[in-house]
Amino acid sequence: MTKAKKKRIVKAIVIDADKCNGCRGCEVICSAFHSAPQYGSTNPARSRIRIVRDPLADIYLPVYAGEYTAAECTGRSEYTIDGKKYEACAFCRASCPSRDAFKEPDSDLPLKCDMCSSDPSLKEPMCVQWCLAGALTYVEREEEGEEAETVEELDAGLAALADKYGWQKVVDAVGRISKKG
Amino acid sequence: MRYAETGFNLEVDLTRGNIERVATDRRLTELHLGGLGTNARIFWDRVPPEVGPFSPENLLIFGTGLLVGTPAPSCNRTVVSSISPQTGLFGYSMMGAFWGPELKHAGYDKVIIRGRSPKLVYLWIHDDHVEIRDASHYRGLGTLESAELIRQELGEPNAAVASIGLAGENRVYFASIEQGRSSASRLGLGAVMGDKNLKAIAVRGSKDINIARPEEFIKASKEALSYIELREKNPIKGVMPILAGLGSPQEMAVHDEKWHTENFVWGNARVRRKDFWTEEIQKDWTSTMERMRKRLLSCHNCPMKCGAAIAVDTRFCSYMMKCFSKLTYTMAAFSDLNFGLRIAQKATEHGVDAFSAPQTMAFAIELLEAGILTAQDMPGLPPDNEGRFFWLLDRIVRREGIGDVLANGTYWAAKQIGKGAEEYAHNNIKKTEQLPLKLGMLNPIYFLMYCTGEKANITQIEGNFPQMPFSTKEEQEAFVKDWVHVPDERFKQWFLEWELRGEKSIPNYPPIDATCEIVNWQEMLHYIDDSTGMCAGLSSFPYKPPFHLHNLPSLISAGAGLDLDEPGLVHLTRRNRNLVRANNIRRGLRREDEKPPEDHWKKRFPELEARLLDEYYKFKGWNRQGIPTRKTLYELGLDYVAEDFAARGISTEEEGSAQ
Repeated sequence: MTKAKKKRIVKAIVIDADKCNGCRGCEVICSAFHSAPQYGSTNPARSRIRIVRDPLADIYLPVYAGEYTAAECTGRSEYTIDGKKYEACAFCRASCPSRDAFKEPDSDLPLKCDMCSSDPSLKEPMCVQWCLAGALTYVEREEEGEEAETVEELDAGLAALADKYGWQKVVDAVGRISKKG
Repeated sequence: MRYAETGFNLEVDLTRGNIERVATDRRLTELHLGGLGTNARIFWDRVPPEVGPFSPENLLIFGTGLLVGTPAPSCNRTVVSSISPQTGLFGYSMMGAFWGPELKHAGYDKVIIRGRSPKLVYLWIHDDHVEIRDASHYRGLGTLESAELIRQELGEPNAAVASIGLAGENRVYFASIEQGRSSASRLGLGAVMGDKNLKAIAVRGSKDINIARPEEFIKASKEALSYIELREKNPIKGVMPILAGLGSPQEMAVHDEKWHTENFVWGNARVRRKDFWTEEIQKDWTSTMERMRKRLLSCHNCPMKCGAAIAVDTRFCSYMMKCFSKLTYTMAAFSDLNFGLRIAQKATEHGVDAFSAPQTMAFAIELLEAGILTAQDMPGLPPDNEGRFFWLLDRIVRREGIGDVLANGTYWAAKQIGKGAEEYAHNNIKKTEQLPLKLGMLNPIYFLMYCTGEKANITQIEGNFPQMPFSTKEEQEAFVKDWVHVPDERFKQWFLEWELRGEKSIPNYPPIDATCEIVNWQEMLHYIDDSTGMCAGLSSFPYKPPFHLHNLPSLISAGAGLDLDEPGLVHLTRRNRNLVRANNIRRGLRREDEKPPEDHWKKRFPELEARLLDEYYKFKGWNRQGIPTRKTLYELGLDYVAEDFAARGISTEEEGSAQ
């Protein structure tokens, strides 16, 4: 059975790694925007965008967080592009067990780029606004594709906890905490 | 909760291998902010003048500025402070890049090193985990080389590492502390690190830095970014290309080096080459730069691209450089840019200051040509010019043969060599600070900055007031139109009336009272930056920067939860300025030390110079010896300094003594 095709707006950050000046301003402002209260703290470790960097190899690659996944890939590839070696993971946007990136440092819960959705909405995500080097450009384009389920942040977080502890423990903990409340 | 700062310092005793996390007193932040201000306070409290640079009692402080790691662009500077082997005074040198923000995110404002490790070690700071680790296998390795190996050893590819090379290990008086994209180069603080047997400090952090009033703070940060964007499209007219924009002089991006190559002096700061910059040279140097430069780079959270990745015989990057270090080796050796970029790679790995190292080597060559040093002093010296510089660099960082003498810098080396060598160490401010520039007519503003600046290195004292009048009145009028930065309208008037020739030109214009105010204003901005950790490149150094005296008080207050207004910030900065001076007065700094290089200007005016110094001291609240008066000290809440001076018999009376 084929799923119904539907037109939808795809939001994307177009990355020109050649223009990246390696300043990590995107990491700073992303973490500040998503902090509570908003802009109340900075911490690149909480950022939903990361610069994969290897200065001696002249690698500066901004990558923003995608979906959470419980399992890491079977096998890893390595790409050589213009003489520079990249692990396949460098390009990957997933929050996954193979690495620390895109996880809350305190809780290990997955982080995902939400394009700085807010009310009123921003003209562009903050990382794009902060990058005067022009490495990040925000685009919206119309695409036709299969209707996809979107996973809410809370759902992804709960799923990550379940993967780590098992559903029973998560349910027990939620019950315990909500009683206290 | 503490805002902008973490509220903790890391105290490391290398003699005993002891590490402590110590809560800091918030009151000190209110009095001194952070960075240089609190560093100077710790030195005052804990390092008496009897302690020399290579005493285990000497401290080596890596102090981040108060706003480091906040969203405000370019707040990434760490002020490294210690007693300098070059001057014997309280020295401070700063670095940008990522080390400071990583330290703050790890949960510390400063790392305070004392004692001396029995063997070569490095420090690894990862949030709450702090460890002293063996570094004996890194002995002799380059700064970038060892940093990379440390990252591999720790399995932490993103750790920021500040390290020393051979020069620091061998206590070369102009050894730097290198951090990949930035370095603390001035005053030989790398030698102190080497003396402490500390090869490197690696740091990685994942904690929050809090902002007290987020909305206000982010609004100011956004405004600064918009202004930077605007200025990128609208360079200042009427000034040379490297001074038209923001940041440090954009020498990695701009190929036109006519101004530096024709106005600064070559060799051992002797020869001015007025018709040097030809089309052919421009073509040759541009092609060298474009071949070797791989990418323009920035420090932490800053849009200015002052740095560049330079590749020497590799495809990608062998080191990073910025600013005038592009030319210092080239000009010292009368060579070309290809040589300059190549030897700078070696020098960066060895960890030497790119100002003093080439000058010291050129000084040695001149002594050889003059017959003061002979072939016997330099066995194995290659016959070719460039080869000699590579050879000398190697001897210096290893302290081998004549290198052991030269490693002390031109001032001390000349004394050791004797036979008239002192005449050849002609190029120093305050005895030891290199300045490869010779000019005609005395400039009163620069005279005072050279004499009284305690930062050493003129580029870190000068700033917002144009270096000279523009060629036309119209350009000057256009410049002052949107000059919101000045403390008050008089500054605009002084600049408008300033002329290249005639009655209102140097040395008699700006008048003495105006000169005092201009110098004081420029210096004040640097002292603010050095306490907040903001880069001079967006504040105290370029013309019309995004941050200035009128918007910094609210930015600092919103970030750190302070209640500073403009007079409050001015007062606080004056306190920091006097505390730095107090440290040095206690170490013997006096008026007789406050001199420019003898031959810096062809035309000198002893009477005018004496009056300038008299009036400036008075303006600063110092007596005739340059010592802060009792009244000044009490006004600033530095009573404890006044009492210490009194106990030591240092006169703080208005008139001062003749001695």
